Amino acid sequence: MEEIDKKMLKTISDIDGNIEGAYNIRKNGKGIERKVTENVNIVTKTDKQGIDIYVKENTKLEFVHIPVIITESGLTDIVYNDFYIGKNANVVIIAGCGIHNEHHKDSQHDGIHRFFLEEGAKVKYIEKHYGEGTGDGKRILNPITEVYLKDNSNLEMETVQIKGVDSTIRTTKGVIGNNANLVVLEKIMTNGVQYAKTMFEVDLNGENSSTKVTSRSVATENSVQQFESKVTGNAKSFGHVECDAIIKDDAKVIAIPSIIANNVEANLVHEATIGKIAGEQLMKLMTLGLDEKQAEQEIINGFLK
Amino acid sequence: MGINKQDSGKVFFNGNDISELQINERAKMGISFAFQQPVKFKGITVYDLIRLSSEKDISKKEACQILSKVGLCAKEYVDREINASLSGGELKRIEIATVAVRNSNLTIFDEPEAGIDLWSFNNLIKIFEEIREKTKGTTLIISHQERILNIADNIILLNNGKVEKVGKPKDIENAIFTKAPCCKLGGEI
Repeated sequence: MEEIDKKMLKTISDIDGNIEGAYNIRKNGKGIERKVTENVNIVTKTDKQGIDIYVKENTKLEFVHIPVIITESGLTDIVYNDFYIGKNANVVIIAGCGIHNEHHKDSQHDGIHRFFLEEGAKVKYIEKHYGEGTGDGKRILNPITEVYLKDNSNLEMETVQIKGVDSTIRTTKGVIGNNANLVVLEKIMTNGVQYAKTMFEVDLNGENSSTKVTSRSVATENSVQQFESKVTGNAKSFGHVECDAIIKDDAKVIAIPSIIANNVEANLVHEATIGKIAGEQLMKLMTLGLDEKQAEQEIINGFLK
Repeated sequence: MGINKQDSGKVFFNGNDISELQINERAKMGISFAFQQPVKFKGITVYDLIRLSSEKDISKKEACQILSKVGLCAKEYVDREINASLSGGELKRIEIATVAVRNSNLTIFDEPEAGIDLWSFNNLIKIFEEIREKTKGTTLIISHQERILNIADNIILLNNGKVEKVGKPKDIENAIFTKAPCCKLGGEI
């Protein structure tokens, strides 16, 4: 592994030297390192690019890292990863994608991740996206995440687009069973002429199924963000979608919420807020000695923390 | 503090003309201001704000000690976000903590007693005394509360935006409590 790979791994997955648990590292369209454990098996797909990850039932808290690095300009990497999580297993899955593009051709990574959780399984899924490099080739990431939750299972997804991604269309779909819960926390920051679109579609099919989707974003300069969500309550269920955006300069933010109740016991809430940084927040921090720029940075850091 | 500009005249602080200075420049010169209505944030925690308030690097332990002084159980509050999940009284006490930690030469409190709920008035007074002890500076309290008058060294009585009287509590109290009789409708007393 080269120095630049190590640096990106640290940024997207917090990997510094030894990796705890099972892992699969993918670089420029190929798997370069892999480790499996007694409870977590990773198998290369034979019909298309990607891997299948199997987690044994009753696995007690284990970590699985599946980072992707792209340093080759002009590469389009499409990868299909399926996660099969056994009954009552508990795992933390850390997926990250870093693109380093020094040249003029576009680099693109589309990760299609599907999660199949058996009864009582619990997953925390962390995804970090990051782009760097001085070339004018675009860094493009279009992740698709599908989540299928059986009874009493629970998936918490945290996605962060740190910086440097020119274009992203993120699609997340969830089908939620009885007493199952899907939590999604998304944080995005865009600048320049970047474009980020997020689409959430959750079907609350099970009795007492629930979802909470929170999107916090900051759009600066001439960037454009679009947030679309569609939560459908087909049973006694609870859904809460919150989209909160800070807008600066000449940026544009579009929020299109949609909540559909097909059952009288479905309780669905959508909150969407778009606005600039509140003047009183700046004022308070300035009374503590921060200048306007520093105050703005602290407010944004806190907001995206 | 520079939040509102003066309509006329100049503002001096320790002999320096600060009339044209920004809020943060005044803060750096040693002025602190506790808002009447504390500001809420998204994501910024109590610890973050106390850390930003303090001029030196402050540990969580030190932040906890300051919170205890304003009657908040530090362990429960230090990592909480300063948002609408906190009550008005809690926000107010955090606001007082952020100002107390600054050890400024001049500390201004805008109606500090408003909304401090069950936390006792005496504790608030204790904070004022501690600030004075530590900074040897001036604490300026804007208040409508009679009880605050007793701890003041000097009182400036404002009436309809104009300074009516300046003096010791004893002299001023007479001016406050000997009000002109109320005019009934129609002008008849």
